[in-house]
Parts: sequence; structure tokens; C-alpha cells
Amino acid sequence: MQESATHPLNIVVLVKHVPDAQFDRHLTGPGHTLNRAESILSELDEYALEAALQLAEARGGEAAGNRVTALAMGPAAAVNAVKKSLQIGAYAGVHLNDDALAGSDAAGTSLALAAAVRAIADSQGPVDLVITGMASTDGETSLVPAQLAERLQLAQVTFASELDVADVDGVPVVKARRDGDSFTETVEAPLPALVSVTDQANSPRYPNFKGIMAAKKKPVTVLTLAEIGVDPAQVGFDGAWTAVAASAPRPPRSQGTIITDDGTAGVQLVEYLAAQKLI
Amino acid sequence: MASVLVFLDVPALPLPRAARELLTLARTVGEPVVAAAHRAEPAMLEALAANGAVKVYEPAGELDTVLVAAKAAFLADAANAEQPAAILLGNSFEDREIAARAGIKLGSGVITDAVAVAPDLAVTKSVLAGSYTSTCRVRTGTPIITVKANSVEPAPEVPATSLERVEVPLSAAGPAARVTGRSGKRVSGRPELAEARVIVAGGRGMDGDFGPVEELADLLGGAVGASRAATDAGWIEHSAQVGQTGKTVSPQLYISAGISGAIQQKAGMQTAKVIVAVNKDADAPVFEIADFGIVGDVFSVLPQAAEEIRKRRA
Ligand SMILES: Cc1cc2nc3c(=O)[nH]c(=O)nc-3n(C[C@H](O)[C@H](O)[C@H](O)COP(=O)(O)OP(=O)(O)OC[C@H]3O[C@@H](n4cnc5c(N)ncnc54)[C@H](O)[C@@H]3O)c2cc1C
Repeated sequence: MQESATHPLNIVVLVKHVPDAQFDRHLTGPGHTLNRAESILSELDEYALEAALQLAEARGGEAAGNRVTALAMGPAAAVNAVKKSLQIGAYAGVHLNDDALAGSDAAGTSLALAAAVRAIADSQGPVDLVITGMASTDGETSLVPAQLAERLQLAQVTFASELDVADVDGVPVVKARRDGDSFTETVEAPLPALVSVTDQANSPRYPNFKGIMAAKKKPVTVLTLAEIGVDPAQVGFDGAWTAVAASAPRPPRSQGTIITDDGTAGVQLVEYLAAQKLI
Repeated sequence: MASVLVFLDVPALPLPRAARELLTLARTVGEPVVAAAHRAEPAMLEALAANGAVKVYEPAGELDTVLVAAKAAFLADAANAEQPAAILLGNSFEDREIAARAGIKLGSGVITDAVAVAPDLAVTKSVLAGSYTSTCRVRTGTPIITVKANSVEPAPEVPATSLERVEVPLSAAGPAARVTGRSGKRVSGRPELAEARVIVAGGRGMDGDFGPVEELADLLGGAVGASRAATDAGWIEHSAQVGQTGKTVSPQLYISAGISGAIQQKAGMQTAKVIVAVNKDADAPVFEIADFGIVGDVFSVLPQAAEEIRKRRA
């Protein structure tokens, strides 16, 4: 095994523009969709981007032919997730933007993203890794990474809490750790692969001044459904395989009792639990 | 009667509560049929029948030890053979991924995080970090629903009827990641966090000493939870983390000790029936959702409560 055998990686990172969870979030309209004002790059996607950048940098970065492309799907404002990714360090950006995508569920989203990844491969050459966060912070279902692996027929390496690409006899292999409920697994897959990383995988970097300036010169490609060959009827509200029939905010929790410890709070706690029949 | 296919990945007995919940739920919708990821021993077949299953699909051989792909292919094959009215799974990371991939194979919509499933297959789930409740439906294909633990009360066992066994030939799983090693976690003897009726959780305020949290949890027969600050610090294993990137729990009682109550922590616990908070900062956000809040020091409140419980039981 020789150093020179290390070959550059072509990595696509999925980044989502999501409503900031620090503010109140609301479902509105006939489709019970999320109000997307006050949106940001999903925090959990920062770990995916960091993982991609580290893998690329370990192989010599952009100068050595590695690629890290941030791909976002969403309405006009979602380009901000791409721009933020470029400021953090992604080398190029792609924004999949089409009115017909509004209201897509996981099935529609994974269909469109799979086609976008294929389009990127058509223009750049084969994609080695698609990296995502462990979940979106709005939909929270974690369905899209697995569905993308199924649609693209990629080996799936999800919920990685440690990630590395090692060369085994000159062939890059993904190695990851995955923490389950009752055990920890190590897994290995040949490239190409789909990887999702948890918030244990790394510590995401922040954009610095240099990064913010450099981002202005980085390319952002905008794609429509027609350009990636997806029938608009298969995505959006009409193409969705699931639908939300009703939604309601959870009633606020009624104001509880707050006491200040006067030296007997532990005893009062037990009295409370006994009154609630919890002990 | 239409059947409901329940996916179970239970390598050995006893049948976990979560599995019995799924079989109970299946019975409210149709006739439970099991897709078992492992070939079932006679005792397992008895347990399934005693929980209402009328048929079990089993892989013709051991499924490949790869991530998810083989189990998803098996579930899709079993569903194609059975043509059920719905497919139910648990809500663990892995179960949701199996559901996700089987959904694409079958052309079926998937709904995760269900807390209730009506006989007409309308699904109730909590969304947006527990701040909204929504009702969803699958419009295309066979509804695939992943159900959170503690959503139904398991029904008592029934006299076992005969259980039909069907072998599912192994089909190619496609490209997949191979599992190269597996290490079991320390067994604590405490209930599983996701299923526990009582959880005592500690945060940065525990300052490296989870002793008082563990003591109270054990006296209450509960599980130990933690904030990310506590798991990141290495005071307790990561699998104890509750929140957006940890476990989502809905116990009868959640005692939060030395945890500020950040949005990512609340995301995992605000659907608990009763929330008790102990924090020395009266302005901590956790008090906004607490049913009973104590402004005080965890190191005096928790041990005193433990002492009082012991005294009452003596
Ligand atoms: C992408 C992302 C995902 C995240 N996911 C999660 C998650 O899943 N779960 C999670 O919990 N967090 C998560 N977080 C972190 C979250 O934002 C908070 O940082 C974390 O919950 C804080 O933990 P804490 O409350 O224990 O610590 P702190 O916020 O530091 O609070 C400690 C509290 O302890 C109190 N205290 C200190 N000493 C004592 C004492 N002696 N007695 C009583 N009270 C005392 C203090 O008053 C304070 O309120 C996530 C963050 C990000 C960015």
C-alpha cells in the first residue's frame, strides 16, 4: 500500500434550511406546513459538513482534487444554507429549487435528492460519498438518508459517531462506529456510500472572516426538476405518499408549583410524588 | 379479516414490552402477523402466539450481518407475500431505517414517531420537538408506521392458537455496510430509558457525580437519563442522553436534576406526564415546564428525598 494510492474524494453534503428551533415554530395552511421565516442551516448538518471537510483535508483538500459540494433542496431562501456552507468551507454549492417541490414528504424529497446527486455525478464524475446529518431539526424523521441509500443503491453507514475513510490496498473504505441502544458496532463499507453522522462525530468549525470573503467567489449552481429529470407530479403535496390531516399546538403545560428549598424540599418532593401516586 | 404485519427483531426471549405493545396495537387494527428477523425457536413461537400472532414469516437462513439493507429486503419480501393492511415497527433508529427502505421498495408511505394508531389507520404523532401534535395518513401503498414505546398498554396473553410458519427466501440486499464488530454495553439492571415509567436525569449541575441521581432512580425503579452536557463530559454513557440527538422519552415521571432545560433537552422529555425539576437557578427555563419545581441544590435535595423514601418504606 503506497501513499500515492490515495485518491481524491468527491463528496456531496446534504444541507437543509430549517426554521430556527430557538424561536416558536408553527404549522400553518391546508397542508399543515412549517412557517419557514427565521430559517438557518440545520445545526445537525454542520456535523455532516465538518465530516466532509475533514475527510477531504486529510487527502490534500481542494488542491489535491477533492470535492465537497453542499446540496440544498428548498425554496429561494434555502440558498442561504448553501451560502453558509460555503462560508464554513464547502468548495461548491448546488441549490435544487422548484415550486413543484413544496410539500414534499420523505419519499418525494429522497426522490428529488437522488436525482440531484446523479446530476452532480453526471457533471463532475462519480460521487464517492453522500454525507448527511442524523436528522433534520424540523421533520425529525431520519427517513431521508436511508431512503436515499435505497434509491441510489449505496451502502448505508448511518448514525456514525466516528468516521474515517482508510485506504485498504489502495481502495478507500469507509469505517464508522455506530452507537445502538444496547451495543456499539463498528461497520465498514466500500465506496460509494451514504453516511449520516451524529453530533458526537466532531466539533463543527465556525465561518471566519477569510471564509466569508472566499465564499463570495465560490460557485452556486441552481437546478430545477426539469434539469434533473424528475416528473413534478412525483414530488410536492400531490406526489407525497403521506399527508398531514390535522395539527394542533400542544396545550401549554399548566403552571406548576415552584418552591425554594428551606431545608425540607427533599421531603416535600416525596410528599408531592406520594400525592400524585407516583410512589 | 385483514392482517397487520409486525416487524420484530427479537433474537431471544423474553419478548420485550415494546414487542408486546406492537402486537397489541396490531390486534386493534386486524390480525397480527409477524415478520421475525431471526428464525424463531419453539418457545418464541409460543410467545408470539400467546400475544395474538396467527402467522410468522421467517428468513430462510440467517440474514446477512450488514446495516439495515438485509432486514429491509426481508420485510419487503414478507409484505409482498402477505399483502397486509398495514406494517408496524418500533421507533428505534434502526427500525425507522428499515421502515424507510422497505417503504421505497414497496412504494409505501412511512410515518414515524406514532403515539397512537386508529383502526382506520389515522396516525397521531408529536412533532416539532413535542410542541405540536399532528394526525397523518399514508396515501400511497401499504401504511408503514413506526410506533414509540409506551404508546399502548400490552394486552394480557391469550390461549395460543396454532401459528402458521412461512419461510421467506433470502433475496439480495444490494450494496451494504458490513458489521465488523459489536460490543455489548454494561448491563445496569435498570429499565430501558425509552420504555421506563420513571426517569431521573442529571445535567451539568451534577458536577461529575451521578451518585445521587442513580440512588433516586433505583429507589423509584427508574432509569437514569442525562443532558448532553453530562454525557459530553463523560460522567455517564452517551446512551443515557435525552433530547433532540438522544432519546425521546414519555415517562409517567421525569425528574430533572441540575439541567437548565435547553430546547434540545426539552425536545426529548416535554411529553412526560409529570415533570419535576431541581435547579439552583430560579430563572432556569426548565421551571417553565415543571409541574413541581424546587429551587435548590441537587446535592441536598436528592439525598434528602432518597432518605425520606427509605424512611417511609421502613
Ligand atoms: C445540535 C445540538 C444537539 C443537542 N442535543 C441535545 C440533546 O439531545 N440533549 C441535551 O440535553 N442537550 C442537547 N444539546 C445541548 C443543549 O443545547 C444544552 O447545551 C444542554 O442541554 C445543557 O445541558 P445542562 O442543562 O446539563 O447544562 P447547563 O445548561 O450548563 O445547565 C446546568 C444547570 O445546572 C444548574 N446547577 C448547577 N449546579 C447545580 C447544583 N449544585 N444544584 C442544582 N442545580 C445546579 C445550573 O443552574 C444550570 O441551570 C444539543 C445542542 C446542539 C447544538
